Amino acid sequence: MEQFAPVKRSGDNQPVRYLIVDDSVFARKNLSKMVESFGGQVVGEAGDGVTAITEYDRLTPDIVLMDITMPQMEGIEAAEKIVQQHPAARIVMVSSVGYQENIVAALQRGARHFVQKPVKPEVLYEIIKYVMRDDQASPQTAGAAGAGA
Amino acid sequence: MRMELIQPFLNSADAVLAQGLESAVTIDNLTMDEQAYRRKGIAAEVSLSGDVEGRIIFDADEKAATSFASRLAGAELSSTDDLVREAVCELANQIIGNAVTVLNDQGFHFRVHPPSIHTSEQGSKSSEDTEAVVLCFSTVRGKVYMNVALRYHQRSLEQAAAGR
Repeated sequence: MEQFAPVKRSGDNQPVRYLIVDDSVFARKNLSKMVESFGGQVVGEAGDGVTAITEYDRLTPDIVLMDITMPQMEGIEAAEKIVQQHPAARIVMVSSVGYQENIVAALQRGARHFVQKPVKPEVLYEIIKYVMRDDQASPQTAGAAGAGA
Repeated sequence: MRMELIQPFLNSADAVLAQGLESAVTIDNLTMDEQAYRRKGIAAEVSLSGDVEGRIIFDADEKAATSFASRLAGAELSSTDDLVREAVCELANQIIGNAVTVLNDQGFHFRVHPPSIHTSEQGSKSSEDTEAVVLCFSTVRGKVYMNVALRYHQRSLEQAAAGR
């Protein structure tokens, strides 16, 4: 896979930490390979929306890549619940179903961006850079700053 | 079944397979299937509900499925590897999701259910109101089939008629 210039957290220059949520093991593996080619670190995976919420609480990743169509709880609902609890959460929806209503619903409920499958690495890379532009407000960075104060 | 329902699946399969395999895909034929569907290799089934309802079976012969999965995973897999079945499900999800996106933007509203492995040797027969169309694609990795059995939901037909 093509290698990209690493996207790092600007606060501490550490790799961006990802939570990958998709009911397909295959899709999770593919996305993991992609974000690793961006210099990122996959800190957790989840196969449904319910697990995504608990994993977010546990790991507070910098970015969540979230599928929409999943068993138990769909991605848009999970994104909404995560953002209610963690307003700074950066969630990028990754779904093969990319119609306008879905995109609007996801953005209205707190997702930062949307990318349609099949995902092109160069497209996801640009989205990650865009979503991380405000990374001074990252939950990890903010927590570290607060602890040091 | 109207061509307006089939065309997005043709276009989407063509685009997704060509992108995933980085090579051209050709559409061999398109036939009506009145018999129970016979699985050719490793198959995934996706159900739709809403204005249009039914199911689509995405089916790749075992060699093609293993070859796709290995290509997409970037590692040599064996046909018994669960990842091959996962790859077939994910390809079905992408092709059908992209087609549904186009249909939704044309005004059809429906829900896509997560794909599942289609394990039985035979699928259900098509019926008077749910015709099945089989699309056959040739790729550099082998043959791929899609059995599309969809129908307009009765309520949607009545609403469309009332709107005229």
